[in-house]
Amino acid sequence: MKVLVPVKRVIDYNVKVRVKADQSGVDLANVKMSMNPFDEIAVEQAIRLKEAGQAEEIIVVSIGVTKSQETLRNALAMGADRAILVEATDNVENDIEPLAVAKILKAIVDEEQPGLVLMGKQAIDNDMNATGQMLSALMGWPQATFASKVEIEGDRAQVTREVDGGLQVISVNMPCVMTVDLRLNEPRYASLPNIMKAKKKPMETKTPADYGVDVSPRLTIEKVEEPPARKAGVIVGSVEELVEKLKTEAGVL
Amino acid sequence: MAVLLLAEHDNETLNDATAKTVTAARAMGGDIHILCAGSGCGGVAEQAAKLDGVTKVLCATDEAYGHDMAEPLADLIIGLAGDYDHIVAPATTSGKNVMPRVAALLDAMVISDISAVHGPDTFERPIYAGNAMATVKSTDAKKVITVRGASFDAAGEGGSGTVEEIAAAANPGLSAWVEDKVVESDRPELTSAKRIVSGGRGMGSKENFEIIEKVADKIGAAVGASRAAVDSGYAPNDYQVGQTGKVVAPELYIAVGISGAIQHLAGMKDSKVIVAINKDEEAPIFQVADYGLVADLFDALPKLEAAL
Repeated sequence: MKVLVPVKRVIDYNVKVRVKADQSGVDLANVKMSMNPFDEIAVEQAIRLKEAGQAEEIIVVSIGVTKSQETLRNALAMGADRAILVEATDNVENDIEPLAVAKILKAIVDEEQPGLVLMGKQAIDNDMNATGQMLSALMGWPQATFASKVEIEGDRAQVTREVDGGLQVISVNMPCVMTVDLRLNEPRYASLPNIMKAKKKPMETKTPADYGVDVSPRLTIEKVEEPPARKAGVIVGSVEELVEKLKTEAGVL
Repeated sequence: MAVLLLAEHDNETLNDATAKTVTAARAMGGDIHILCAGSGCGGVAEQAAKLDGVTKVLCATDEAYGHDMAEPLADLIIGLAGDYDHIVAPATTSGKNVMPRVAALLDAMVISDISAVHGPDTFERPIYAGNAMATVKSTDAKKVITVRGASFDAAGEGGSGTVEEIAAAANPGLSAWVEDKVVESDRPELTSAKRIVSGGRGMGSKENFEIIEKVADKIGAAVGASRAAVDSGYAPNDYQVGQTGKVVAPELYIAVGISGAIQHLAGMKDSKVIVAINKDEEAPIFQVADYGLVADLFDALPKLEAAL
């Protein structure tokens, strides 16, 4: 089976986010960018499936600016076999919405016929948590979201999902879309020889027009602001003083 | 103009997140109809009909809806969608699972996790783990939305909506529920608790984490944890408060041995009163705390337990 893994280039999770003064968005100029952490987990899971003999080929896809090829090279260095770059914008501040991404991915799935699409549950920039569910809907496939354990047996997969209050185990028909949660695995680092080898792995470049998809946004951004700051509090000297203040001043005990 | 609101429940009790979502829905305008889909959930429909502002409850009872499986639930909602301008659900794991699927089937862009309603088509939502707030305007004919419960007060219970039984949609048969592994506890549920005591990496071990539980039980609080504590194995996964865990907004949040990483703050900074206990006075958690105590937690916690 082929496994398709979409990956997104996002601001590195260690970078402090700064809102632009004109409220048009977040400052992305000269900021370190990396693969979305959830997508790294999806790539790792695909590689483990291949190592276990359950997958033959891993195709990674990224939809965004030309520089997303760095993210794809990273996935190839981890162990993916080939890459598709869909150049959808030349402005890094132009976030392609999950609905448009899902439509492009549907076209790629129709072409490549993977047995499984593995992807991160959400991107840490727009925090939408939507693309996997949307692709699954457009394909008419089942979805197994927020996966923390995956077992594939024949034409079904048993997936343990992280839900409010605990875990839910479901069984889905294959092919399906799985979105992965943080605890599914710990992604490997690419070794230097593999980074060198990745440079020779095939990478196709496409545009949304090749797939007949309009990527115009449905949501217009009116403004982006800093979240309201909390007022500085007080440092108390003892547990007794703390309890006293919580009772009388704050009135929460 | 009407809003279809997907109720969150366990087939017996209506989850508080539903009442909070009703408050958000009232700001969108129009009648509010609640969809109660479940297995033997008639009692939940009665509870939903009492919420202020709800004119009608649609109750769909079928085995297929008993465990919130996304595929049959989305098909049910799509069958009803024609009558509504807004389709909303709480931003619980269940709502986040099904609503993007609904949106894609309606060719609409889902608006996830909204924290404010500025009009029928304009909403505010956190991005970048709550480090920025975006105001977005939807150009879609139907708005499909999930609502962040921590940002809205629960609607009252003075309503008298009608309950109408509706037929189930055909089950596409793509998926099946196997089992739930829910942690049984006498403590309140994290996302709806009025008080929370959370422990971080500073707790040092799973055994030490029990001190947090003792303090929590003394004041009827839920127990939370930072991602560092969960990753270190001190606390179970579902205790995790933060951007990648649960977003909470209790009246009192006591953070013990938690440094205050951005990802944790994103999950609790809307709490009414925040208390931080940490031996490192430079810890960022003190910047959001209303009351800070610089102390060794193994010294402070037993004293706190005794004083409460």
